[in-house]
Amino acid sequence: MATELDPKRRPRPQAEAVGHRETGGMGDDGAAAPAVGEAPRADPNRQLSTGVIAAAVAARGRNILLSEYFVLYLTTAYFIVLLPFLPVLSTPANLSNTLSNVWPLLAVAVGQTVVLTVAGIDLSQGSVVGLTSVVGAMLLATAASADVLSGSPIWGIVIAEGGGLLAGVSFGLPVGILAMLVAGAAIGMWNGIAIAYFRMPPFMVTLVSMIAFSAFAIYLTQSENIRHLPESYIALGKGDIISLYFGEQAESRIPRRQIHALITYPMIISVSLAVAVHLLLSRTVFGRQVYAIGTNRKAAEISGVPVRRVIVLVFMLSSICATIGGILYSARLEAGRPTLGEGTFLLDVIGATVIGGTSLFGGKGKVIWTFFGVLFFVLLSNTLNLMNLSSFHIDMVKGGVILSAALLDVTRTRLLAGGR
Amino acid sequence: MAALLEIAGIDKTFFGAHALTDVSLTVDEGTIVGLIGENGAGKSTLVNIVGGVVPPSRGTMRIGGQPHAPRSAADATRAGIAFIHQELNLFTNLTIAENIFIDDFPRRGGLIDRRTIRRRAAELLDALDLDASPDTLIDELSPGERQLVEIAKALHRDARLIIFDEPTTSLTNRETEKLFATIERLRAQGKTMIYISHILADVMNLADAIAVLRDGRVVGHGPIAEFDIPKMIRLMIGRELKQLFPDRTGTPTDAVVLEAAGISQPGIVKDVSFALHRGEILGLFGLMGSGRSELARILFGLDERAEGEIAVNGRPLTRHNPSSSIRNGMAFVTENRREEGLMMEASIADNIALVSLNDYARTPLRILDQDRLTGAATDIAGDLKIKAGDVRRQASKSLSGGNQQKVVVGKWLLSEPTVFILDEPTRGVDVGSKYEIYAIADQLAAAGNGILFISSELGELMGMCDRILVMSQGEIRRGFADRPFVEEEILRSAFREDAGA
Repeated sequence: MATELDPKRRPRPQAEAVGHRETGGMGDDGAAAPAVGEAPRADPNRQLSTGVIAAAVAARGRNILLSEYFVLYLTTAYFIVLLPFLPVLSTPANLSNTLSNVWPLLAVAVGQTVVLTVAGIDLSQGSVVGLTSVVGAMLLATAASADVLSGSPIWGIVIAEGGGLLAGVSFGLPVGILAMLVAGAAIGMWNGIAIAYFRMPPFMVTLVSMIAFSAFAIYLTQSENIRHLPESYIALGKGDIISLYFGEQAESRIPRRQIHALITYPMIISVSLAVAVHLLLSRTVFGRQVYAIGTNRKAAEISGVPVRRVIVLVFMLSSICATIGGILYSARLEAGRPTLGEGTFLLDVIGATVIGGTSLFGGKGKVIWTFFGVLFFVLLSNTLNLMNLSSFHIDMVKGGVILSAALLDVTRTRLLAGGR
Repeated sequence: MAALLEIAGIDKTFFGAHALTDVSLTVDEGTIVGLIGENGAGKSTLVNIVGGVVPPSRGTMRIGGQPHAPRSAADATRAGIAFIHQELNLFTNLTIAENIFIDDFPRRGGLIDRRTIRRRAAELLDALDLDASPDTLIDELSPGERQLVEIAKALHRDARLIIFDEPTTSLTNRETEKLFATIERLRAQGKTMIYISHILADVMNLADAIAVLRDGRVVGHGPIAEFDIPKMIRLMIGRELKQLFPDRTGTPTDAVVLEAAGISQPGIVKDVSFALHRGEILGLFGLMGSGRSELARILFGLDERAEGEIAVNGRPLTRHNPSSSIRNGMAFVTENRREEGLMMEASIADNIALVSLNDYARTPLRILDQDRLTGAATDIAGDLKIKAGDVRRQASKSLSGGNQQKVVVGKWLLSEPTVFILDEPTRGVDVGSKYEIYAIADQLAAAGNGILFISSELGELMGMCDRILVMSQGEIRRGFADRPFVEEEILRSAFREDAGA
């Protein structure tokens, strides 16, 4: 093909690439790698001097900043720096407790990651958490008190003194969970259809869903919690498989609070979900299509990507993740609570996802980044709690941290673009 | 004549790679310097340095005798440099007057003095012969009019040096003429300009002096009298370009691969019928607004049609969407590769893979066979001679225009289509890469595909096509089948000044 035109016209294709100030890709170390070798070479006349060393250090710093694992490094550094001031941080009890806060948030944030990657946003996840927890509880509760719930429109229909419809039914638990997932998926499908087929902006659609479905959940229980969940359900939220005991071996009775959960059901559930979504994004046609739509929707459409179908599925996936998060939260709380996903919950989800490195503008996102982001966020909350700060202070600090994360992201993007 | 801008020994390295090497240039007061070079030769980097967008690694500049070392674009603006970019930097939601005064609104009592800006803007528009109210929103202006607003902005700031970077890419012929008239007038008023363009004929017409960049070095610099177009091309690409178009290696057959019958969509296209054959390159010529790109979108299933049948290889297309067209063997290289063709941030391999994902997946979960897919994409990139480092990692946006276009072609090649619709495939592509794209089109045709080649550059259609259809006001005005084509006849028909179809 056009052979006569090719002979080494551009001896330095690299030079050409950077000549446009547009090298580099996503968060790869590869983009930054040349900088290590190049920094000293930029000044051939100078002897090995402090300048050269400083340049090498700066280049190493750049590499860390641009690394995919940056947030993990940041989390580790934060932990190490605070440890002398807050020794309680590294106690088994605190570590076990911190980890237990990671799993439900991770489940929800994984869904948000996929939505952000397709250049959407899902504000309705909190309401899905609340509503599905109510749906599950009203079906599965083994008893209910008329004093609390008799004002509810579902009293006597779905739930009564003897518990929910599925109380005591064989295979009641899987059926109840299936019902929760179906309810969650239905909300996601509604969001997706409104966005993909009616061309409404994701922000508006999911904002409306957030308001409407939260309100619906509160209406269902008249703002009450549904308690008396079956043990099998509660185990999903806090059951441990492997636990550690750090006390004397000779003790005949070990107090419950000295047993520290290590491997738990929520961990297994959440990690499995994260791994599954990771594989979905990185190994399947669907995943590639998600990135393609997030990067350039028009080009994806022309290239035969079923854009609308993919968007609907993505929002369904997001709601399903939120439902799984809802199961873990409500099981841990031992109650279905309509307001479970309210308040700053959405801040935690989107904050953790974005801190991880997933872009709010689409096309760029990874489950592993979100895992690091969640780790950082949970550790942050944990340390702020340990400092005995009030919840107002905690939220103010969290806001500040999200802001600095955004600033860092901008810096990283500029560095990756090869700018100054 | 005094030199307004003197550039001496400018070097620019990005991460150790030289984008510019020892560039020295002078621009005399009151003249136009045509700056030419292939994509990636360093033109943009050079003017970005002059305009304060990036600092040079080494070297000095003087403007009007004073040292010029801008630390920001604002610095350069203060030094009297105005930049008119390919993609205009106007606020489309504001009015003309607001855009002109965007960085120094005159105030009265703390509020914007609307009367003054309106009056002053009206004067500027008048001087540029732009017939629009200063209160018009930029949104409502055509690309050519927007360009004039940019110039008005430069004049308002009393710029001494105006840099035009590919100003005609999105203009119609008439708008281009008007722009050129304006540029001539500015020169007569003593303004100094740098004009960057791929269209060498325009540069020949406008410039007083030429500077040629190749691989970041000045390879030619002198008054216009020393240059002609062949010499410019030779300097730009560093060797002789013997011919503009490759010889056609195949001949069309009688077998029809794409047939359109009576396609109509009110207000867009009217009763369009034609047949594209195996091995044929069929040109589709039309002026802007003639409906050529709209027809392409309809053929590919992107836009609605009210009437008409489309058949690929004898099979009528019943479902009207891109994925069905792709399954039936169609490929569509769109006019606008930045917006519709490429995922600029994604790697070359990912871009090439996009159309064919399902062919490289194992059901039921549609898990990708990544190795086979990247292997195939890498092979395609090699076949097309895409000049890149690592195909799997390098982002498409880092490629030159010609190579980006090859990535778009590659993405379709992987899906093994039989019908190619190429809409303006050489737009924004330099001379050498154009030749390569023509050669690719020829090879595709020789391999037995049908190619619908849409272009507003009549020259390339005449050079490459077996037949040329002329579109005007949404209908096929006439078909030309006999080589050599007569340019005048085709143009007459496009302007509807012939006897009619």
